[in-house]
Amino acid sequence: MSTDFSWIRPEPHGIHIVPADCWVDPSRAVAKALVTHGHADHARGGHGQTVATPETLAIMKLRYATSDGATPVGYGETIKLPGGVDATYIPAGHVLGSAQILLEHAGERVIVTGDYKRRADPTCPPFEATPCDIFVTEATFGLPLFTHPPIEEEMAKLLDRLAAHPERCVLVGAYALGKAQRVIAELRRAGHHEPIYLHGALEKMCRLYEEHGVGLGELRLVADHTKEDMRGAIVMCPPSALNDRWSRRLPEPITAMASGWMRVRQRARQRNVELPLVISDHADWGELTRTIAEVDAYENWITHGREDALLRWCQLHQRRARALALVGYEDEDD
Amino acid sequence: MERFAALVDALVYTRSRNEKLRLIAEYLRATPDPDRGWALAALSDGLDFPAVKSSTIRNLMKDRVDPVLWTLSRDFVGDTAETASLLWPALDSEPDPPGVSDTVEMLSAMTRKSVPVDLPKLLDRLDASGRYALLKLATGGMRIGVSSRLAKTAFARAFEVSVDQVEEYWHGLAPPYDALFAWAAHGEAPPDIENLPTFRPFMLAHPLEDTVVDLAEYAAEWKWDGIRVQLVRAGEETRVYSRSGDDISATFPELLDVLPFPTVLDGELLVRGSTQGGEEGGAASFNALQQRLGRKTVSKKMLAEFPAFVRLYDALLVEGEDVREQPWTARRSRLEALMARLPESHFDLSSVVQARDFEHLAEIREGSRDDAIEGLMLKRKDSPYIAGRRVGYWYKWKRDPLLVDCVLMYAQRGSGKRSSFFSDYTFGCWDGDPDSGADLLPVGKAYSGFTDEELKRLDRHVRQNTVNRFGPVRETDKSLVFEVAFDSVHESKRHKSGLAMRFPRIHRIRWDKPPHEADRIEALRALIRD
Repeated sequence: MSTDFSWIRPEPHGIHIVPADCWVDPSRAVAKALVTHGHADHARGGHGQTVATPETLAIMKLRYATSDGATPVGYGETIKLPGGVDATYIPAGHVLGSAQILLEHAGERVIVTGDYKRRADPTCPPFEATPCDIFVTEATFGLPLFTHPPIEEEMAKLLDRLAAHPERCVLVGAYALGKAQRVIAELRRAGHHEPIYLHGALEKMCRLYEEHGVGLGELRLVADHTKEDMRGAIVMCPPSALNDRWSRRLPEPITAMASGWMRVRQRARQRNVELPLVISDHADWGELTRTIAEVDAYENWITHGREDALLRWCQLHQRRARALALVGYEDEDD
Repeated sequence: MERFAALVDALVYTRSRNEKLRLIAEYLRATPDPDRGWALAALSDGLDFPAVKSSTIRNLMKDRVDPVLWTLSRDFVGDTAETASLLWPALDSEPDPPGVSDTVEMLSAMTRKSVPVDLPKLLDRLDASGRYALLKLATGGMRIGVSSRLAKTAFARAFEVSVDQVEEYWHGLAPPYDALFAWAAHGEAPPDIENLPTFRPFMLAHPLEDTVVDLAEYAAEWKWDGIRVQLVRAGEETRVYSRSGDDISATFPELLDVLPFPTVLDGELLVRGSTQGGEEGGAASFNALQQRLGRKTVSKKMLAEFPAFVRLYDALLVEGEDVREQPWTARRSRLEALMARLPESHFDLSSVVQARDFEHLAEIREGSRDDAIEGLMLKRKDSPYIAGRRVGYWYKWKRDPLLVDCVLMYAQRGSGKRSSFFSDYTFGCWDGDPDSGADLLPVGKAYSGFTDEELKRLDRHVRQNTVNRFGPVRETDKSLVFEVAFDSVHESKRHKSGLAMRFPRIHRIRWDKPPHEADRIEALRALIRD
């Protein structure tokens, strides 16, 4: 096996595919970008050409109000890039449209995961573990203390609290792209079919999900309703609105947040969260390490989070690994 | 343990004081004896298990988790007990949680030798929340936003009794407080504390700030720079209590057989020297007193070199008579009359500061720095002695702090509520002329004096200006100036700069000031007074 890999280079603002002169998830505008998914720290606007799944392109169009240079690639499809590089988009299980990108050149295989998780998610197809030579993995929850509990347990916690306070509402802070829709879909799966109220900032993304076939049940806008209407209901908002004046219009909200960080008590306290829901769209420690073992790459490149602990794990398990210092990847809201 | 663990979790996630009181009160009402007594002790920091320390937990974990991964996790979480509760390898079997009393019994039975075997067995019987509650309980100091006062208030609320009464009985009883529950929950006679040397809650002062008081109504006293203590003599036993109600008798054995009659006195503990109030017998600076603090045993040499005495402020009980309801002037006369019966070797009386009017008093306070005292106390002459802080009775009027401009050098992540923030700052002064290549030398460390908003900005500054990382510590590019306030500065061999500040805090963040304009070491050295 060749171990040259000089054709792919981690740079501070993205991963550079040299012969094709294009970038994976660049943090600044470039001529040609391959984008893994629609979260803002991966999908910047302003690229000359953007190659992504149709769902990701739709999300980017919604966010940046333009679809110039959009080049769709479906899951399992391969696109030929200049310089003899093939790019294949494989489901990553993170959010709607999220993909890992398999890059092949001169017989060498590199996978860039973007963000991923291994749990079932009613809003997107599951992660597919794919063998490769270099595995570029995220490490958002790359510490052994992160074990995400089964989502059913968290839904039960939420619904129990709601039932105990029929005169109040539960306000759930959730990332506007992905987490909010997944929580709603899981609530429906758990048998909660009451209307769910939305902060205005979530409306368009929920509609986009529904247009892509993800059923979310009856959704209502907080702005169209009175305090009385919302007693005993679940209200969803982006995390930034949790402690905002906006929430004063709600009936004595119980503050909840759906995030992998909620595993740590003080993180929940810092956010003034009364009901922490440990729900993440990222792989937890067990899933990260299991995935590294499964894809069994010649070398692992670790980025996007707590690289040092995952590097240590690789060292303890005799796996080659290095940390990338990419700019601007920090996910405080997941 | 399940209910107790659920209570601990609920308390962690509750901000409202009222809601915390409600949760604890509900638990106390619904839980049988003696479980609730032990839980109350745990919440009010009344439990100590010498065999279980934070280091015990660390060692247990390092046998089960790679040490590097342990340290990285601990740094992220900011709390040893919580990190261990999350990282403890789960068994496949269902949890089999013991009761609170059984848990306490098992923890008490552990020795340093048995703890590495017995504690894991206990941890294996609990889930993550249970492990957190257990480890918090075992290491003392729950640090979950519940003060011992709050726990007592919740107790009072649960059984509709007076919190002041609870305070009085509290220090005469030991966990699980059988007599306290018998009285409050079961309507039996109150605990008998008359012949017990128990602690009475201190009367405290508000900062004076912009208030101006009339000296016809208020008396002024020096605020001495030692530690506030309460001396209690009852049932042929003397005890020394610190401000928080900790029994520090063992640290000051020379005070234990010098009180000849049953009494409770309030005063400032000092050691002999020449810097404080020379004409009143003379006390050493706080730096000298520090040699005596925190020791469990005291050598003869220590006793001879730094003899302790108490400068008395007030009397609460005189020969068994409770005088707390009497006005300050009456208590003061009782105290003055007592002085003749107390040995001069161990007691003197804190004098009343005479001033013509408030302005004159302000002048006297200005000149007080040379006497190395903390400032002035103003006490309303008709004030009874009341537990806690009551508006309008007592004021403290500290002298203005000293100020120096320092440069931020290192930052460390905080713990608890600040676990993800770089909130502990080490700062330095220039060792010469910065324009001729002088270096910064660390002179102190502070983690208070800024708002939450400022903390966020400081945290961002540290993250964006890091030049080096040493585990949890970041070295910054030394571009930010702090105006640091502190009470005094002393020689110290512990620091490279040879100086140590007393109670440094961030006074202002000088985002505008270039670092080369910060102060030099000599400027700080010139402020030494002892």
